[in-house]
Amino acid sequence: MSIYSRAVDAAYTRAINTTSRFVPMHWQIRAIEQLIKAKRMTLGERPVPRFVEEPLPEVEALLLHEIDVSNPFLYRQGKWQSYFKRLRDEAPVHFQADSPFGPFWSVTRYDDILFVDKHHELFSAEPIIVLGDRPEGMALKTFIAMDPPRHDVERQAVQAVVAPKNLKEMEGLIRQRTQEVLDDLPLDQPFDWVETVSIELTGRMLATLLGFPYEKRHLLTYWSDLIAGSPEMTGGAFSDKSEVFSAAADMALHFAQLWRDNKARHADGTPHGFDLISLMQSHADTANLIDEPLVFLGNLSLLIVGGNDTTRNSMTGGVLAMHENPAEFEKLKANPGLISNMVSEIIRWQTPLAYMRRVAKQDVELGGRTIREGDRVVMWYASGNRDERKIDNPDAFLIDRKGARNHLSFGFGIHRCMGNRLAEMQLRVLWEELLQRFDRIEVVGEPERVQSNFVRGYARMMVKLSAKA
Amino acid sequence: MGKITFIEHDGAEHVVALEAGSSLMQIAMDHGIPGIDADCGGSCACGTCHVIVEAAWAGQLGAMAADEQQLLDMTPERASTSRLACQVQVTQDMDGMLVRLPEFQM
Repeated sequence: MSIYSRAVDAAYTRAINTTSRFVPMHWQIRAIEQLIKAKRMTLGERPVPRFVEEPLPEVEALLLHEIDVSNPFLYRQGKWQSYFKRLRDEAPVHFQADSPFGPFWSVTRYDDILFVDKHHELFSAEPIIVLGDRPEGMALKTFIAMDPPRHDVERQAVQAVVAPKNLKEMEGLIRQRTQEVLDDLPLDQPFDWVETVSIELTGRMLATLLGFPYEKRHLLTYWSDLIAGSPEMTGGAFSDKSEVFSAAADMALHFAQLWRDNKARHADGTPHGFDLISLMQSHADTANLIDEPLVFLGNLSLLIVGGNDTTRNSMTGGVLAMHENPAEFEKLKANPGLISNMVSEIIRWQTPLAYMRRVAKQDVELGGRTIREGDRVVMWYASGNRDERKIDNPDAFLIDRKGARNHLSFGFGIHRCMGNRLAEMQLRVLWEELLQRFDRIEVVGEPERVQSNFVRGYARMMVKLSAKA
Repeated sequence: MGKITFIEHDGAEHVVALEAGSSLMQIAMDHGIPGIDADCGGSCACGTCHVIVEAAWAGQLGAMAADEQQLLDMTPERASTSRLACQVQVTQDMDGMLVRLPEFQM
């Protein structure tokens, strides 16, 4: 970030924090929207890229410098494996000078990704971890996109909510909710697994984690899709800016309310629950977080998005992987003890988030290339998880794979996924309960994949269940 | 030939042969000690081979680098003699060392 934009950013944050004492957060967001509209009328609009799907060429038809793995249709069109294999083999540290998101480096081999992820002193996570810029006015602050020392403080304040100790308390609840969803599924007739199971289960989990009203849980997944789906950040299909601002204002309104209700409840002497809002209020560093709306909303957004797309798409991806590899499903039925190992293999195979982005803090030599200070660097976990230099037979889905835990999907280093154990538990419980009930989970037709260069997910996947005899 | 004892959180003990020159994580993995995940395979990048060394041996362990320190800081079960097992190079002097495992790896 330039000195000028840093100063603007700091002033903006200060203004929001100061006014938050007497202006409700959702009014502030509306005010920002009006401000940006006014600015656009006088100064013109920052262009939002519009992505129109066209068939991608075979990678062999391209010159190296023409390969652009930021294309949001690469995954949907099934071209990502060949594109990344060529980069790993011929240009493992690759520069794309002219993408719709601006110039960026791609790091595609496992060991190089590990190097970048570990060296946060060379590669900054600020100001954002997706490829493109933030939508104007939405300068939310979250620790996934902060460097130490601020990162460490902010992360520690909220990580207790997904710490294994807390999870032990929650496992019974997660299992019960999983059972309820599975018991209601239709047998022997096609239905959409994404909507009925994956979204429903992650929505219930998020509502529990956040202490959010259960009957309004669909809002959480709706907000999450909007936040993660912006075209300028990840090449997504959403483009109506007023919808994004309405959602942000609505989210602010709901969470400010939740914060106040929770505070009032504890003032009466009711003990704190293990949900996120309660944990924040009982922790000195975050007890007044509501006075910093951009951090408050930023951290909530991070937990909502972090707990939504990732688990949701691993829940769908696991079923697809089993359908495509029926011998593995037989292996699992014969030996349910493989579930934990299988969960790691599903997370590697799916890699629900394709990458994390960094910015070089100084010139760095990597793979024979010189990355310049200020350049964007993308660590393609989806590619590293298929790197034949590190992983045997990487395109195969093997539930008893040796070293299945050594995948890159959670990232490594100080930004390693905080919810990894929760995710593993949710998937383990899902598969334990599936095995109890169903003999066959057949995928009917082709699943619909999401338009994004970041989220590797499914919009729809029809399945047909056969009950266990 | 010396020995090292790993003690699980529930008290279960595992006595294994000391192999000088290996990392403590490698020894634990070779003997299938439960409770050590080693997700990054020993690169000091994930924090899932967290162990708590019995105080008497703490002085033998060698200095801790900044990256190890940082990962341990993220663990709620951190104790004063916490280490990442992948960063402890085992020497003959560690004969008889007691190594406790935390309840969870993050």
